[in-house]
Amino acid sequence: MIKSVMVMNTQGKPRLAKFYDFQPVEKQQELIRSVFGVLCGRADNVSNFVEADSIFGPGTRLVYKHFATLYFVFIFDSSENELAMLDLIQVFVETLDKCFKNLHTILDEIIFGGQVLETSSIEVIKAVEEISKLESASNAIALVSKSVSGWRSR
Amino acid sequence: MAGTSIMETLFQRDLDDLIKGIRQQQIKESLFISKAIEEIRREIKSTDLPTKSAALRKLSYLSSLHGADMSFAAFHAVEVMSSPQFFYKKIGYHAVTQSFNDDTPVILLITNQLRKDLNSSNQFEVSLALECLSRIGNVDLARDLTPEVFTLLSSNAVRVCFKRLVENLESSEPVILSAVVGVFCELCLKDPRSYLPLAPEFYKILVDSKNNWLLIKVLKIFAKLATLEPRLAKRVVEPICEFMRRTEAKSLLFECIRTVLSSLSEYESAVKLAVVKVREFLVDDDPNLKYLGLQALSIIAPKHLWAVLENKDFVIKSLSDGDYNIKLESLRLLMSMVSESNVAEISRVLINYALKSDPEFCNQILGSILSTCCRNLYEVIVDFDWYASLLGEMVRIPHCQKGEEIEHQIIDIAMRVKDVRPALVHVCRNLLIDPALLGNPFLHRILSAAAWVSGEYVEFSRNPFELMEALLQPRTNLLLPSIRAVYVQSVFKVLIFCAHSYLLHKENISSVNTDNLASEVPESVFARMSCENSDLATSEAPASSEQHDSFNPRNINQSFGDLSIENGGDATVSNSQASTSASLGRNSFTHESIVNLFNIVELALGPLSRSHDVEIQERARNVLGFTDLIEQEILNPVVQGEENLARAETEASRVVKLMCDAFSEELGPVSTSAQDRVPVPDGLLLKENLADLETICGDIQLPLSSSFSLSSTPLGEAVDISRTNLQSKDETEPSHESTSLLAEHRKRHGLYYLASEKSEGASNDYPPANDPMSQDKLNDDAEDLLKLTEQSLAPKKKPNQAKPRPVVLKLDGDEISVAAKKPELKDDLLSGVVQDVLLGNDGVPSSSRSNRSENLSGKSKGKEKLSTDLSLETKENVPGEKMPDHVNTSSRRSKHRSHGKERRQKGQGKDGEEKEDNGQKEKRKSNHHRGKHKAHQRADEPLNVVAQTPVIPDFLL
Repeated sequence: MIKSVMVMNTQGKPRLAKFYDFQPVEKQQELIRSVFGVLCGRADNVSNFVEADSIFGPGTRLVYKHFATLYFVFIFDSSENELAMLDLIQVFVETLDKCFKNLHTILDEIIFGGQVLETSSIEVIKAVEEISKLESASNAIALVSKSVSGWRSR
Repeated sequence: MAGTSIMETLFQRDLDDLIKGIRQQQIKESLFISKAIEEIRREIKSTDLPTKSAALRKLSYLSSLHGADMSFAAFHAVEVMSSPQFFYKKIGYHAVTQSFNDDTPVILLITNQLRKDLNSSNQFEVSLALECLSRIGNVDLARDLTPEVFTLLSSNAVRVCFKRLVENLESSEPVILSAVVGVFCELCLKDPRSYLPLAPEFYKILVDSKNNWLLIKVLKIFAKLATLEPRLAKRVVEPICEFMRRTEAKSLLFECIRTVLSSLSEYESAVKLAVVKVREFLVDDDPNLKYLGLQALSIIAPKHLWAVLENKDFVIKSLSDGDYNIKLESLRLLMSMVSESNVAEISRVLINYALKSDPEFCNQILGSILSTCCRNLYEVIVDFDWYASLLGEMVRIPHCQKGEEIEHQIIDIAMRVKDVRPALVHVCRNLLIDPALLGNPFLHRILSAAAWVSGEYVEFSRNPFELMEALLQPRTNLLLPSIRAVYVQSVFKVLIFCAHSYLLHKENISSVNTDNLASEVPESVFARMSCENSDLATSEAPASSEQHDSFNPRNINQSFGDLSIENGGDATVSNSQASTSASLGRNSFTHESIVNLFNIVELALGPLSRSHDVEIQERARNVLGFTDLIEQEILNPVVQGEENLARAETEASRVVKLMCDAFSEELGPVSTSAQDRVPVPDGLLLKENLADLETICGDIQLPLSSSFSLSSTPLGEAVDISRTNLQSKDETEPSHESTSLLAEHRKRHGLYYLASEKSEGASNDYPPANDPMSQDKLNDDAEDLLKLTEQSLAPKKKPNQAKPRPVVLKLDGDEISVAAKKPELKDDLLSGVVQDVLLGNDGVPSSSRSNRSENLSGKSKGKEKLSTDLSLETKENVPGEKMPDHVNTSSRRSKHRSHGKERRQKGQGKDGEEKEDNGQKEKRKSNHHRGKHKAHQRADEPLNVVAQTPVIPDFLL
């Protein structure tokens, strides 16, 4: 299963962190930091694998991809295929490329409880759009407050 | 109130504002966050749902990315998630999913909400609830909500749901199928045996499916199952090979390769094909494929080393790859290739790489060379002289930080391998003599080992004077005190060796002058004398005390005899060595050189005798004391007559010889189990004495009671009375008596946390609090004391009676047993491993070899047993499945199930235990799988009936 998905920028600031095994927040922060510590030392033209046994325990694997200023990191165990995971990162990134909002919703459509659910970015976007439609329909007030705050921040 | 809430709503910062705020304030981020959390804490208490949910949303963000604690908001999250509006519900669910765990107190509050949402007509609400359940589900939630999930399984309302798991293995819809297979893949990894019956379904998917994701998962399942069931392996090997031949997808190809290499390695043709494909990976430009290729090779290395050897060139090339992972992987592979024949070659290559590479990898390389070479008592090393020089070479690699391991190995091989000593001493001399090495603190431990070796085996040194200078060079003050102490000790050994050699040299000269016969006789007498002396010395020395493992004086005598023989032998050996070395043109033991040597030593160690470190100080003083003792006699210019000379030298040479003998006692490695192998002497009842000790110790812990019982009669009641009397006195009037008693009590017990004597309350409080217990203890103790006296009398009598008799009676037997045990002792226990010493170029210690073969045979036996078991099982299996038809289904099911259980864990096939086991298994499952797992377990039963019985035998046979 997939243990964790992380997105962080090249400064090591996390942008998204999802753990499919419960981890206390301190541990989460520590894991993110140690992953970044390994990633930042790696050149661009090298393999996308990192030996993560020391960080996440034996048998864990880590693949990552580096896009622009972001690292996309998937951490998983022996029941996933490494290359397939790299493909999945690609799917995730492609989807984000098409609609960059609701990261969590997108991720939830792709991975469910650590299992890969959907690998087609078109399907994912379709579902995400439906969900956001539902959200906005169910919540007019939220829209108001949003627009107000939007106005205020301007 | 309403006003503020509106204001809050209007001016609340939403998540976007928060994120913007954080990103703008790069400098005081933590401050900004703590302020934001303060704000959230206020906002989240709002009765207004939008405000509350926005606050919760912000908190979730901060928690997930900045590690903020959100446990305080657990209840608020429950509130928000129960909102009917999807927007808020989603925020609530997200917060719950992210922060809840088994320790969250309010987790059971969400059961009803989850149930409600699982039954919702809105598929997205259902999926929220499912996602939540999958992440935080625990035993309680699983128990309560399984029916709902089951309902979902049988409906088609929701995309993510699937009908009962196994039925869905035949589903035509790829999404459902891949979800189900994913679940089974997880389950199989944990307990493959239970899913063997499903093999036909998986096989069908393997053959029919075109979906790579699905195939990968199925392959993973088969990788597990094939190792359990050889016939299954035979069946799947061909389709897998077919995939390997024609698939385009690298991920699938790699999965096939991995499956073949890990689980189907008996199928020669499949392995060959896989290795060809691995080669394609290796030569690919993509570093990912390269890396995976190397990993695949390391999977197969233990079974088919030829696959690695075939790609040896590539592996070596990868050592200089830019990617650390690839380098590391190829290093591991190289180490797996190491054998007796190529260890030198590979080490040469690796040392060259180590010289070129960065510190981290350099030390990786050195570490793996060291650990590979010392495996199984250096089984791959044939030429130890070479290995000694390799160790020396490693030390000189600039980045070397493996001091501890090299230190250990230098000492280890010096002790175990007699023949390597000359070479090793030479290597060590080169290390010691180099002042540059002293500047690197990582190498100090190695230098300590080198110093020890050169001191211990100084007789192999080509130039002890040079060695002495190396040991005393000024830069040794850079060393740690503990290591410096080793240096000083080595100086002592070298010094004695030199003095001894010098004396022998002189004797030889003088003996040449006098009559041969005349000189020989006194020398032999002298030798005997010195032997006796040395015996006495060693008997006093603690080092030899290990020899006296029994209290039998006879034994001691015996061991003395042994020792003396040994010493004699050793002495002659060393003498001969020394003399040969002396005659070997090392005519350097001249008078001047010795004088010079003594001067150097005194000069260098003089300051050290005032060192603050006790080890150094003591040893330096020892050396100086020794020099003082013999200097006069040894160094006086010899112009006297010959008789005079002989007389003068007896004293000095006696001392020197004595010390020399003491040092020539060989040290051997001691195995960790040595203590166990010491036979317990007759008449020594270890256990019994220990039991006594326990009672004594128990007594010591309560000195008060013992003093009481000693002073008063050993009767418990009397003590009680006196005690209670005291106590009542304490309670009624804290008189002077009682306080003094308390003081005494304190002195004994050391209970200083009590209030001072002046405060009456404390003194009043104390005794009742402590008393009931102590009274009990008192009673116990009185009894214990009685027992103790009885017991302590008994064992005393026993040995007294037993000692003289059995010893007299068993004299012969004793001797025999001693004689029989003695060699064993020497061989196995103390120097057992020394005897294992790799003699000559033989390379492998004889006994360790035999041990290994024993182990091997043991292992292979185990394997045989295992395989027979397996075949038995499979045989059992077949009739189990071909049950006669007249057995009704339910009984068949139960039988089959218990059968399966038996297979999994033999010996506990009882039904009750089975249930327990089930429970435990479920507990062991990680949280988010509980729901599914349980679902499966129930869904399992009907399936077993349907699927197994007809299909399996057909499939497997």
